[in-house]
Amino acid sequence: MANVPPIPKRISAIKFGLMSPKEVRKMSATPIITADTYDDDGFPIDMGLMDTKLGVIDPGLRCKTCSGRAGECPGHFGHIELVAPVVHVGFNKIIRKLLRASCRKCSRILLDPAQKQHFMDQLTAVEEIGHRPDDLINEVYKEASKVKICPYCNEEQLDIKFEKPTEYLENGEKLTPTEIRDRFENIPDEDIRVVGMDPNNARPEWMILTVLPVPPVTVRPSITLESGQRSEDDLTHKLVDIIRINQRFQENREAGAPQLIIEDLWELLQYHVTTFFDNSVSGIPPARHRSGRPLKTLSQRLKGKEGRFRGSLSGKRVNFSARTVISPDPNLSINEVGVPIPIARILTVPIIVTPRNIEQLKVYILNGTLIHPGANYVFRPDGRRIKVTEINKEDLAEKIEYSWMVERQLKDGDIVLFNRQPSLHKMSIMAHSVKVLPNKTFRLNPAVCPPYNADFDGDEMNMHALQTEESRAEAKILMRVQENILSPRFGGPIIGGIHDHISGLFLLTRFENRISAKDAFDILRKAKAHELPDPASHDENGIPYWTGKQIFSQILPESLNMGFPAQVCSHCDVCQEEECPNDAYVVIRNGNLLKGTIDEAAIGAFKGKIQERIIKDISSEAGAKFIDDMTKLAIRAIMRTGLSFGIADEDIPKEARIQINEVLGKAEDAVQNLIRSYENKELEPLPGRTLDETIEMSIMQKLGKARDETGNIADSHMGLENSAVIMARSGARGSILNLTQMAACVGQQAVRGERIRRGYAGRTLPHFEAGDLGSDAHGFVKASYKSGLNPTEYFFHAIGGREGLVDTAVRTSQSGYLQRRLVNALQDLEVHYDLTVRDTRGVVVQFKYGEDGIDATKSDFSKPDAIQRIIRSVMNKEAAE
Amino acid sequence: MTKFSLLDHELVPKHEIMSEGELKSVLSKYSIEKEQLPKIKVHDPVIKEIGATVGEVVKIAKKSHTAGEADYYRLVIE
Ligand SMILES: [Mg+2]
Ligand SMILES: [Zn+2]
Ligand SMILES: [Zn+2]
Ligand SMILES: [Zn+2]
Repeated sequence: MANVPPIPKRISAIKFGLMSPKEVRKMSATPIITADTYDDDGFPIDMGLMDTKLGVIDPGLRCKTCSGRAGECPGHFGHIELVAPVVHVGFNKIIRKLLRASCRKCSRILLDPAQKQHFMDQLTAVEEIGHRPDDLINEVYKEASKVKICPYCNEEQLDIKFEKPTEYLENGEKLTPTEIRDRFENIPDEDIRVVGMDPNNARPEWMILTVLPVPPVTVRPSITLESGQRSEDDLTHKLVDIIRINQRFQENREAGAPQLIIEDLWELLQYHVTTFFDNSVSGIPPARHRSGRPLKTLSQRLKGKEGRFRGSLSGKRVNFSARTVISPDPNLSINEVGVPIPIARILTVPIIVTPRNIEQLKVYILNGTLIHPGANYVFRPDGRRIKVTEINKEDLAEKIEYSWMVERQLKDGDIVLFNRQPSLHKMSIMAHSVKVLPNKTFRLNPAVCPPYNADFDGDEMNMHALQTEESRAEAKILMRVQENILSPRFGGPIIGGIHDHISGLFLLTRFENRISAKDAFDILRKAKAHELPDPASHDENGIPYWTGKQIFSQILPESLNMGFPAQVCSHCDVCQEEECPNDAYVVIRNGNLLKGTIDEAAIGAFKGKIQERIIKDISSEAGAKFIDDMTKLAIRAIMRTGLSFGIADEDIPKEARIQINEVLGKAEDAVQNLIRSYENKELEPLPGRTLDETIEMSIMQKLGKARDETGNIADSHMGLENSAVIMARSGARGSILNLTQMAACVGQQAVRGERIRRGYAGRTLPHFEAGDLGSDAHGFVKASYKSGLNPTEYFFHAIGGREGLVDTAVRTSQSGYLQRRLVNALQDLEVHYDLTVRDTRGVVVQFKYGEDGIDATKSDFSKPDAIQRIIRSVMNKEAAE
Repeated sequence: MTKFSLLDHELVPKHEIMSEGELKSVLSKYSIEKEQLPKIKVHDPVIKEIGATVGEVVKIAKKSHTAGEADYYRLVIE
C-alpha cells in the first residue's frame, strides 16, 4: 500500500479512425493476386490467399515474414488492389449523410462560414465537458442537407436517394464509387472537422475502398477433414470470390469490354466486398455455400449472442462442468449434491501419484473408464496425456510412478460447485460434496432450494468439479452450504424448512400429541436418535407415551436456550410469553422444547430463529446437522398424520354462506348509497382529493372491507384442523387471503390500484349501462373460486390477472439490468484487513465497512435483544451453579 | 429572498477543513496518499460555503444508519 503511485495509471484516450489505403499497403506483408490457395503438393502458393507471408497454421512450416512457427507467429495482413473502388458497407449511412451535406461541384460542406464557426465552437465546448458530440453532429448534417444552393459556387444541389445499402442515386442516376470518392477527396480539412471527423485520422474518401486488407491466415485457418481433404474458412471463400471478380474485371476492362459488362462486374465486386464485411445487410441477398448455408463473414463473427463479444469474451464455455435437471432428495445432507453416475464417470479430478495413494490410484486405473470410481486419463511427468482404455489399463496401472498424474473420476466426498442461474447473490453458487447416485438428475435437499430459488418443475443446474487443492480448500471453507446458511443480507438464515417441513413439525409439536414408543422411534429413525427421554406420562392402560415436543427436542443441541413468539402468535396487546394460551410462545431450555409450537418462525427459511441461534451460539456444522435432522424428522412426522387438501376443505356451512351474502349485499347497498349521494352532489370530497377520486376511494374501501369480513366469516367456520388453515397459519404455504378467495369472495379486481375502467366509452362491458358506477360494473367479484365466477366476473379477473403477469415480466427484466449495473460498479471493491473498503487503485470508498465494520451475518440484526440474551444466559449459568 | 447557510440544513452533515497535522494522522492511519481519499469538487456548494481550496481535505461527520455517526474524508479537487 505504501508504494502506490500518487496518481494511478490511467488510459487517457483511445483513438478510433479509418485506415487509409496507404496504411493498408504499409501494414501488408504481401499483395494477393491469385485466387488459388495450395499447389498440387499441398504447399501454399506465393501471393495466394494462404501465402506463408501471411503467417502459418500448419505445424512444421515457418512464417516468411517473422520466421515464427505455427503458434508463435501472430499472423500478418496482406492486401488486394481493387481494380475499381467500392463502398464499405459499414459506412453507408455516413456516406449518404456526407453526400447530402456537401456540394456536388465544389465539395464544400453546405453551410456558410458563420454557421461553420458556430458549430465548431459548440463542438469544442462539448468535447471539453466530455459529452458525446453525436446529437450536435446530426444537427450539422441536418442543417447542411437543407441547403439547396451552394453558398460557395452557387451550384444547385440535387436530391440524393439511397437505394440499396451501397447504391446512391442522384436525381435517378447512379453515383459510382469513383464519383463519390472524387467528391470526398475535394472536401477541405476544415470542413471535415465541422462534421466531427478528424481529417488526420479519418478522411471521408477512405470510406470508399481502393485496396482491401486481407486478414492473416491465423484469423481464417483451414481445417483438414478426416478424409484428408482441406476445408477452407468462410472468409477465405469470400476472398477467393473477390479476387476472381477483381481479375475478371481487370481483363474485361483491358480488353475494352462494353460499359454494360463493366458495370455488371463492378456491381458484382461491390456485392462480394459488401458480403465479406457483413453477410446480413438487408436489401442484399446473403452469400451462400453450395449447401445453401449462409456464409459467416466478419460482422457475423462479432455480432449477437454467439458473437465474439457476448459469446467468447464476456462468456465462455468451461471444462469439468455438467448440467442437468434437478430433483429433490430429503435423505441427502444440505451439504451434499446427488450426482448421476453418467456424469460422475465423465468429470474428473487430477490426483498426483504419491507413495500414499499409488495403490488406490492403481485400483482406479484398473477399473478403467466404465466401472465407477475409475480413471479416465493418465499424465506422464512430461505432460503427455494417455487415455485409459480397456486395452491399456493393466499396462498403465503397472507403469504409473510417483509424480505422474491420474485423472480420477468424481466420487463421493469430492467438493464441487453447484450453481443455478440467474446468479443474483453469492448463495447462487455454493460448494457441495458429491454423492454419486443412480439415474440422471442432480439431487439436492429441498431445504437448499431458497438460496438457489430453485424448484423441481424442470429447473436445471450446473456443477463444476474443482481441479486444484487450493480451490477445493477455499470452496470448502468459504462456499460450503453450511457456511452460507446465514445471509449477509439480513443476518438471518436463508436455508431452512419449507412447505412440508413446516407443516410437519407444526402438526408434531402442537397441543399435547401422544406418541407411542414405536411411533417415536419411527419418527426419529432417520434423525439418528437412538434413545428416548423419560416418557411424558402413561395413558389409561399404563402404556408410556411421549409428546411431540419431546420428540422434537431430540434433535436440538443440549446447550440451546431461547424464547420467542411463534408464527401463529396473534400479537396480543400484552404478550403472556410462557403462559400464552395459544401455545404460541416457544420456550427452549437446555435443548428441550418446553412450550410453544414449532412453525415458520422457528425453522423456516428466511425466518428460522432456531437455525440462527444454533449457528451463532454453537457452529455452522451444528446448524447444518440440525437442518438435516429437522427436515428428515419433519417428513416422517407429516407422513404419520398425512396432510391433504381437497375441494371439500373449502366447504363452508350454509349459515356462513348466508352471512357472507348478507355482508356482500350490505356492501353493495352502501356503494349504491355512495353513488346516489355523489350523483346528488351531496358527497363531501376527502381532503386533497377531487370528488371523482373520493367516490372511487370510498367504494374501494367499502368493498375491501366487505371482502375481509367475508374472509373472517369463512375463517371462523374453518377450524385449525383444516389443512389450508394449518398451512397458512404455520407459514408453510399460502395465506389466509388465498383461503378467503377460495371459500368466500374473490374481491375487487384492480388495474394499477384502481377499479377497472377501461373498455367501451363510459362502461367496461356492453352488459352494463354507460356511467354505471356500481360494484359489479367495475370488477368486483362477489363469487368465490369454489362457487365459480360468472362471465363478467371471469373477464374482469382475467384483466386483473394479466396485469400481474405483465408486471412480473417487466420487473424481472428491469431489475436484471439494474443488478448488472450495480454489480459492474461494485465488483472490484474489496474490504481490506483494516476494514476499509477500497477499489483496485487503493482509493478508499468507505473508511470502515458499512460504517460500523460489522459483518451482518454475525450481528444479530444489530438489536438490543442480543444483550438481554447474554444477560439471561449468564444468569442461568449462575443459577445452575 | 433571505440568505441561509447550507450547513444549517438538517440533511447537510458537518464539513470542516482539516489541519495539516490532522490530515497527516488520518493518512498514516490508513497508510494512504492524499490522492487515495474520496474526492469532492471545489464547485460543490458545501465546499464553497466553508471556503476550502483545491488540495485541502474536508472532514465530514456523516449520520449513519449503522454506526450513528461516521467520519468521512474528502480531498477537494478541481
Ligand atoms: Mg422452476
Ligand atoms: Zn509471422
Ligand atoms: Zn459548391
Ligand atoms: Zn402471544
